[in-house]
Amino acid sequence: MTLLAVEGVTKRFDGLLANDSISFAVPEQTVFAVIGPNGAGKTTLFNAISGFFPPSEGRISFDGADITGMAQRKIAARGLVRTYQLVQLFKDLTVAENVQVGFHLVTKGAIGAALLRPPWMRAQEARVRDEARELLAFVGLAAQADARADTLPYGQQRLLEVARALAAQPKLLLLDEPAAGLNTGETQALADTILRIRERGVTVLLIEHDMSLVMQIAQRIVVLDFGRKIAEGTPAEIKAHPDVIAAYLGTEAAHA
Amino acid sequence: MISRSIIFIERWFAVGGALAGIALLAIVLVHGGYFVTVIGFAAIYGIFCTGLNFFMGYTGQASFGQNAFAALGGYGTAILCAGLGWQPVLALPLTMLISGTIAVVIGYPTLRLRGHYLAMATFALGLITYELSIEWISLTQGYMGYAGIPPLGIGRYELASDRQQLVALVIVLLIGVWIAQRLKDSRFGRALRAIAGSEAAANALGIDIARYKLAAFVVAAVYASVAGSLFAHFIGFISPEVFGLSMVTLSFTMLYLGGIGTIWGPIVGAVIASMLPEAFRGLKELQDIAYAGVLILILIFFPKGLAALPGMLARWRGEKAQAS
Repeated sequence: MTLLAVEGVTKRFDGLLANDSISFAVPEQTVFAVIGPNGAGKTTLFNAISGFFPPSEGRISFDGADITGMAQRKIAARGLVRTYQLVQLFKDLTVAENVQVGFHLVTKGAIGAALLRPPWMRAQEARVRDEARELLAFVGLAAQADARADTLPYGQQRLLEVARALAAQPKLLLLDEPAAGLNTGETQALADTILRIRERGVTVLLIEHDMSLVMQIAQRIVVLDFGRKIAEGTPAEIKAHPDVIAAYLGTEAAHA
Repeated sequence: MISRSIIFIERWFAVGGALAGIALLAIVLVHGGYFVTVIGFAAIYGIFCTGLNFFMGYTGQASFGQNAFAALGGYGTAILCAGLGWQPVLALPLTMLISGTIAVVIGYPTLRLRGHYLAMATFALGLITYELSIEWISLTQGYMGYAGIPPLGIGRYELASDRQQLVALVIVLLIGVWIAQRLKDSRFGRALRAIAGSEAAANALGIDIARYKLAAFVVAAVYASVAGSLFAHFIGFISPEVFGLSMVTLSFTMLYLGGIGTIWGPIVGAVIASMLPEAFRGLKELQDIAYAGVLILILIFFPKGLAALPGMLARWRGEKAQAS
């Protein structure tokens, strides 16, 4: 079943056509990748899908509902949660607290409940603490729970961001270049984590530069170049696609 | 290892701080006189800064105009209690409600601004309130100030002596700190601190940023209002200068001196910034220079405020343990 459908999405910035009528459908329980050279319009597409800004044209539907132009916060509440290309941690908070914030959407209670702490609020806080610990164990950061988030090495900060996004219990997780800046070992840990996320029943849509990572974990790949979709298929199909080779290596290589 | 040693050191600081606080209060209560006023001011400013900390510390926003809400509380109390003869226990919640409501009305449009623009807008709010308190003479009695405000009390029972009032101020302060602690360690408090950390990430996790900023602003306004009311009751007289620009600079000094974004930092800052000038009184004309010098030294060596001291000590010990 289709979880996310992107239909003819176009985004213009003052005459620059960043996304030109892009369409694809992300089936449930897959790892789906969007790849393309720098400036192909990948992050623009992500921003339009996640509600960071509305697309100029086109329609985006998620889980059976039209979410085109909806505020990011409301899209998140429907179960579509994203991470950013540059790590955006809450630096002054501990690792565990970062993940606890992630539960915001799936918990309730504001000032009144914080002050009076009725039994349901205390039960909720205990649950949030336990589940945050579980998520940290899931990404392999259990031992760092009490450290300040900004003391983690970069690779672990990425994993923490993923754990925090998972706390919001998304149906679809959008990862914007999760392997950027990671070394080989860290990338492998990330790949394992993404595959295990899919096993939890969460669909993953990622933008990625690291081709080896994408080929290893994605079931289906969309390739963008100059804002247009130039190919879609399985990793094997994409590897053999002449337009993709041309986009990545230049036209001469494709014809050689 | 380091985190365990932080907890250990923090515990010692907590015990030491509590004992020092109790000792200070005991000495002041026995000694009486002018010191009661100094520590009373510290308690009132401690309440003000604990509130401001919600907006500036946890949520990471700038407000240069929170004195406006202290003025609302102070003048509200003066008008209700001295002008209309209301009971302080009834006037206090009403002024809190009025300040909170006005904070919602002003905050809703103003908090769309960010950074320097927000700082300027809130600064203007403080200036406007100051001008109003001077010009609206029929309500505020202008430059002359409002006198004859009764001390705190219930029914016929009034806190007649300064010492009794000081005890009441400290009790209100402790209630304020207790509330702050509860709010900080909750879903609400985490959402505020997330906004300070990264608005982009907070938004992606579904946190309604505008709403939580407004909530923090209103909480800060209500604390400020209580501080203003308590000042009016404690001194019995208020004038526009009391809630002027000096209140803004002094409260900022206290926040950064003690440690912004921590529960006890604002209190530590309020007590030290209130007592330091008194400690240097003997230096006469050099008093202000000595005061400024000590402030600068503290901020050079403890840029995150005195509340960061336990963490610094723990790190230092950790490094030493690793070296040996």
